[in-house]
Amino acid sequence: MSQPIDPYEPPPPTSPERRLILQWCAIATGALASLALGIPIIGYLFGTLIKRPPDDWVDLGPVGKFPPKQTTLVNFDLPVAQQWDGKARLTSAYVRHYERPWPVLAHGGFVVFAINCAHLGCPVSWFPSSGLFLCPCHGGVYYEDGSVASGPPPRPLYQYDIQFVRAGTPRQVVPLEEYERLDETERGKTERGKLILQIKAGHVPTLHDPLRKSDKGGKA
Amino acid sequence: MSWLRATGAWLEARLGLRDSIWPIMRHPVPSGARWWYVFGSATLTLFMVQIITGICLALVYVPAPDQAFESLEYMNYDQYLGWLLRAIHYYAATGMVCMMFVHMTQVFLFGAFKYPRELTWLVGVGLLALTLFMGFSGQVLRWDQDAYWGLNLAASMAGRVPVIGPQVVNLLLGGPAVGAASLSRFFTLHVFIVPGLLILLISLHLYLVLKKGISEPPVPGRPVDPKTYEAEYHKVIEKGEPFFPDAVWRDAIVSFVTVVVVVIVAAWLGPYGPRSIPDPTLPANPRPDWYFLWLFALLALSPPQVETFIMLVLPVVLFGILIAFPFVAGKGERSWRRRPVSVLMVIVVFVSFVTLTYLGVTAPWSPEMDAWSGTPVPEKMIQWPDPKDPEQRHNLTPEQLQGAVVLQNKNCRDCHALDGKGGQRGPDLTEVATRLTRPQLIRQVIQGGGNMPAYGKQLKPAEVDALVDFLATLHGGQPPAHSSAPASP
Repeated sequence: MSQPIDPYEPPPPTSPERRLILQWCAIATGALASLALGIPIIGYLFGTLIKRPPDDWVDLGPVGKFPPKQTTLVNFDLPVAQQWDGKARLTSAYVRHYERPWPVLAHGGFVVFAINCAHLGCPVSWFPSSGLFLCPCHGGVYYEDGSVASGPPPRPLYQYDIQFVRAGTPRQVVPLEEYERLDETERGKTERGKLILQIKAGHVPTLHDPLRKSDKGGKA
Repeated sequence: MSWLRATGAWLEARLGLRDSIWPIMRHPVPSGARWWYVFGSATLTLFMVQIITGICLALVYVPAPDQAFESLEYMNYDQYLGWLLRAIHYYAATGMVCMMFVHMTQVFLFGAFKYPRELTWLVGVGLLALTLFMGFSGQVLRWDQDAYWGLNLAASMAGRVPVIGPQVVNLLLGGPAVGAASLSRFFTLHVFIVPGLLILLISLHLYLVLKKGISEPPVPGRPVDPKTYEAEYHKVIEKGEPFFPDAVWRDAIVSFVTVVVVVIVAAWLGPYGPRSIPDPTLPANPRPDWYFLWLFALLALSPPQVETFIMLVLPVVLFGILIAFPFVAGKGERSWRRRPVSVLMVIVVFVSFVTLTYLGVTAPWSPEMDAWSGTPVPEKMIQWPDPKDPEQRHNLTPEQLQGAVVLQNKNCRDCHALDGKGGQRGPDLTEVATRLTRPQLIRQVIQGGGNMPAYGKQLKPAEVDALVDFLATLHGGQPPAHSSAPASP
């Protein structure tokens, strides 16, 4: 009969090397297991940073839809939306259509403002009779050209990138010079009205450029 | 009943609770602690209420933007007692935050964060941060306009982080914009991650309470000295009472009364929200839940130059101060009677919180978006009493009346009140003619100034004339402003 084993007594140090090997094997397999599990998990969690947002251009409608000298509210689907996004797939923008001579920064007479207040992103409302955008949250006020009239906003309203395209697939981009030439005859005006106004909506300026003070030089 | 006793003995033989749990139940607490020491237990009880009701809500709630609002409406109107469970969850959260602040204030004023309980305080500060996050993420799950825009607001603040702002926003929202991934994220945080961390920290908090003992009520003139404190505390404890059953009843009574009050308030007031359909294309007037109204007010009132500081640095500073307390003031006098600076700090914090919250509720800086069409000019302001016969009233001139129409149509009322009704952003115009002369009124309308936009481009000269004609009648029977009077808009 052998002696009963005392569980509190460490086994005799018959093979210290063997124990050392076991210890290192445990550390090595542990490190391997951590990497094998950790890399996919961290990649999964931070994947949203690697995935480039689509630079999708979104249709706002035919140019003729936007009456000159007016500011029009348009809704559009965010290109990054999911099937189960519901109403959250939608967002709005204000299209300001200038007549000639239009301001330097207006692309072919158009400026498209993000609906979000440049202060903290609340939705601004347009009041045509007083020509002001009012924010419901902290009382930011903007003039019709997007510049700050009152309140806490640190900069003018954000603007989207604009381009004009012909209807049909694939969309064919109309260069700005060609678009401006169309303006000169009556026929050209009609043709221009049929072009589609697009904005680059993959980028949400209010959330991603809050540190940029203005859109001058390199448009939003 | 012998079978019950037999079962008990069988279990005790295996669990050995007499050796493990019983000494914990009987651990001595200082006598005289009494009713001041019940708020921590009440907070913990409400946290357990939150877990139970939260699990119930999760059985029905759908964390996807296309159905979240509908599932909340279903809970309010169709699910049997769903309205009550939602209400209890909301008011227990409110109660938990309140109890936590009361507990924290008591611990602070009693100097209980001093040696040897510094770590207990630090863990408590962690619990505070996590609980406030639960408050915000809970509001996000109540997927309405407030939630959608509140999340946008939080993301806009995060976007101001230097250099990595866009990446922080992306991680926070699970993408470049508020949407499905954002709601899933906040659901996971609110339901799995943060409650798990809370349970972990609460366990550590309680372990430390047992390990270091409940602090004895402070006595003025008996400061904490780390060299002698343990021995002194040992003497106090010897004269103390066991936690079970002497002290536990007080904790139990307060906790149970708290729960009953929460349920009564919940049944009385009903569930909170969801307020309006989360459709980003509809006009919104988003407001945070009460926990963050003070921040909402602070961000509206602070000048732009310090805003980014308030958003990003101030929270770090505030939590830094809380963390620093036990290290800066870890020994010495415990009684609040000998710590005037601490008492002053508590008063300043509470007065600021209440004031800013009140301002957040009234939000005088927000324009009233429908006042221009929904709040007419009071009838008495377009008439004036006959000097001989006050009963007889005359209408204003056509031009003055036209001015009143301009005042409405140009949205002036969104910011300016007449007779107390209308926006509060600008000054009340009821007696504006006693403050400003005609030329001053014309200048103010055309050029703006103060916090008022310039209307020069939006008004034709005739409209300005009419408007100022009308405004000049608003002097409430008092003498109108004199040209030498100082201009005060």
